[in-house]
Amino acid sequence: MSVLELHNVEARYGPVQALHGVSLNVGDGELVAVLGANGAGKTTTLRAISGTVRRSGDVVFAGRKLPRRPDATARAGIAHVPEGRGTFSELSVWENLRLGAYARRANVKQEAQRVYKFFPRLEDRRDQQAGTLSGGEQQMLALGRAMMARPKLLLLDEPSLGLAPIVVNQIFEALARMKTDDGMSVLVVEQNANLALAHAARAYVLEVGNVVVEGTSDELRANESVRKSYLGY
Amino acid sequence: MRAKLWLELTGFALLTLIVAALPRFVSDFRARELAIVGMYFIALLGLSILTGYSGQISLGHGAFMAIGGYTTAILSVDGIYGHQIRDLWTIPIAGVIAGLAGLLVGVPALRLSGLYLALITFGIAVSFPQLPKKFDHFLGGTTGKILNLAEPPYGLHTTTNNWIYYLTWGIALVLLLAAWLLVRGKAGRALQAIRDSEVAAASSGISLARYKTLAFGISAFYAGVAGSLYAIANAYVNPDVFPIILSVYLVVGLAVGGLDSLVGLIAGAGLIYFLQNHADTVARWINHVPALNLDPKQPGIPSMVFGVVLIVVMLLLPTGAGGLMRRVFGPLTSRLYTRS
Amino acid sequence: MLLYAFTWTEFAQQLAAGIREGAIYAGLALALVIIYRSTRVINFAQGEMATFTTFIAWSLMNHGLSFWTAFPVVLVIAFAGGVAIERVLIRPVENAPVLTIVIITLGLALLLNGLMSVIWGGANRQFNGPFSTRTIDVGSVPISVQDIGIVAVSVGLVVLLALFFRFTKLGLALRAAAVNPESSRLAGIRVGWMLALGWGIAAVLGAVAGMMIAPVVFLDPNMMQTILLYAFAAAVLGGLDSPIGAVVGGILLGVTITLLGRYVGFIGSTLKLPAALLLILVLLLVRPGGLFGRVAVRRV
Repeated sequence: MSVLELHNVEARYGPVQALHGVSLNVGDGELVAVLGANGAGKTTTLRAISGTVRRSGDVVFAGRKLPRRPDATARAGIAHVPEGRGTFSELSVWENLRLGAYARRANVKQEAQRVYKFFPRLEDRRDQQAGTLSGGEQQMLALGRAMMARPKLLLLDEPSLGLAPIVVNQIFEALARMKTDDGMSVLVVEQNANLALAHAARAYVLEVGNVVVEGTSDELRANESVRKSYLGY
Repeated sequence: MRAKLWLELTGFALLTLIVAALPRFVSDFRARELAIVGMYFIALLGLSILTGYSGQISLGHGAFMAIGGYTTAILSVDGIYGHQIRDLWTIPIAGVIAGLAGLLVGVPALRLSGLYLALITFGIAVSFPQLPKKFDHFLGGTTGKILNLAEPPYGLHTTTNNWIYYLTWGIALVLLLAAWLLVRGKAGRALQAIRDSEVAAASSGISLARYKTLAFGISAFYAGVAGSLYAIANAYVNPDVFPIILSVYLVVGLAVGGLDSLVGLIAGAGLIYFLQNHADTVARWINHVPALNLDPKQPGIPSMVFGVVLIVVMLLLPTGAGGLMRRVFGPLTSRLYTRS
Repeated sequence: MLLYAFTWTEFAQQLAAGIREGAIYAGLALALVIIYRSTRVINFAQGEMATFTTFIAWSLMNHGLSFWTAFPVVLVIAFAGGVAIERVLIRPVENAPVLTIVIITLGLALLLNGLMSVIWGGANRQFNGPFSTRTIDVGSVPISVQDIGIVAVSVGLVVLLALFFRFTKLGLALRAAAVNPESSRLAGIRVGWMLALGWGIAAVLGAVAGMMIAPVVFLDPNMMQTILLYAFAAAVLGGLDSPIGAVVGGILLGVTITLLGRYVGFIGSTLKLPAALLLILVLLLVRPGGLFGRVAVRRV
């Protein structure tokens, strides 16, 4: 049962076409990775799903056609953690978390407790301005905001970028828990292909706006050109 | 690129022809009106260099026009040591003095950005009309100063209004050429770089201070020339000739004309003039709509008309007349040099 | 040129008057800042919108309503008007250059000003405020009840707003939309409606300011023009993106102008505004972001 299906999605930035007909799907409770070099269109794919960038082509979410505006997709149950984390730098950590649950009726205090259990450092800094947090803490906060939304699908853009390995592990652990606790599906964009394949069930490889390879993690690891270009061995 | 250059030069030649020929087809009074449009055009040219190209907002350029106007008045009436100066020769002097004032303002302006600068320049616009009242001995107070009526120079057989028209538009065309050269040249590119990103510009070695103050000075020079011409045409100056609202009108004209389209500014200048002096015409025009029954003379109607026109124009043409021209002519010129 | 005939009693009274002036500027400055924070636009029509709603209040009172009955009605009308203006005039051009939107607000100001003249005529009129003009003794200084009332209402409104922004979900969403519209959308916030809400709140602030000042200065279509200018100056003084700055700036400016006007003869009443702007200029040279504003640090 697919939670997300992309049917020949195209997207452009002004005159430049970034996606040339991308089709992919994410199963219920699956963690799927999108790999590729810089400029391949990975970030654009996530943006096309959440509606941050204009797209043509259908996106089906939980059996229904997804609206094309970011606030509508958020309300439909998709949480998009963009490149750069999208932190509300001028607001406090606590207010950031509160905003994560905006689209739901939720007991904000309880939900925040759950987040603090995963990321105790956020609780220490709950009244601090979010912009003053370190890179790792901001990523935790971004994930925390996503947790507050209890989404059916999480779109995660480059979670490991600029982070120490320990922090990256914490993040993927939290992701695993969200999957088992809430049945959440994840579509993660990663430049670190080894890391992505270690955690993902399946993956797609993008090149210049097209899907060039797809398969399970094992299949991709066995694929010689993928190994040479993206895994480094 | 060469094609674009030829297009611009042809356009300029065309404009010159139109300007030269127009008085033959319009009444004497119209010529005077067109002359005043020309003066606004000159002021807008300067403002365009400042706001359109270097990105600094000024809500005080009416003050620079006033400096130009008053300089001309003082020099031609009181003169220097009693020696009156012919109104014609005061024009460049007025421009230079206004330009110096602009440089002076440009220095502290370096520290201010965007709307902070807008406020301070607006403060200048507001304060200026008070000065003649405070220094009334020199500046003539509320009654102002009266100049000699403008006369065409010896040998030229034409009416006063036509003379003013040719004088104004002659200067306007020269200044347009100068602005065009400036914008195409090194200075223009520097200014555009500054407008787009000050950090990037500075890192490329562009001296922010020099170019931004220069932009202020040049724009003030243009405004001063415009003010000087206005004083000559009016034959008097007083605080009401350069009111606070003038600075606002200039910015309005700039926005309507399109920030960096030099020729679109003619539309902006026309709009300023038209709405200031012919709001009642527009009201009478609107009266033709059956449901409405507006009395054009009623106070408040001209403001309403002006307001509605501004709103409608900006809603329809968010990038001003220049933006419209770019949309219309842009595809033309790009086709000229991409040959696909 | 400087101080003459100084008494502490008069000083206290001038101070009170200055605070009262400042409270009015603060209200309008806050309105300007709220709109500026979310849209980067200075709403030049803020003053005329305020005067317009005050005229509506006058008409209602003319038809028999008491001030405090008309008050909430006018606030609702003001709110609806603000929302409508944002949706109809600003929304279509939200991606246009800032200057374009500013011109639209200027056009709106002219339109409203003219409309007021047409509907109500340009003559001054008396506006019966809710506070009596008698004085009570604070310490040994006679202070006008009206001044106290104006400050109380203005401050009360600001406090209410602060609570709204700080502690309610909607207030948080409004703040979020102002500082980071992209992320706000991803959180499910309808940013467009948040902007409209901001305009509505700003209109309410303006309406209150108008109804508070009208008993003091007489009601006519041009009532708020100078006040808007002072409010703009106060907002800049406090830092254009700081609501606290707007309030503090307003009160500071009100007090400074009143005291300067009274005690510095050269300035008198004609040069109050230029003097204030000069002081603000000096401040901006030292602190380019205003008192509480943030200016992105760029070392070049």
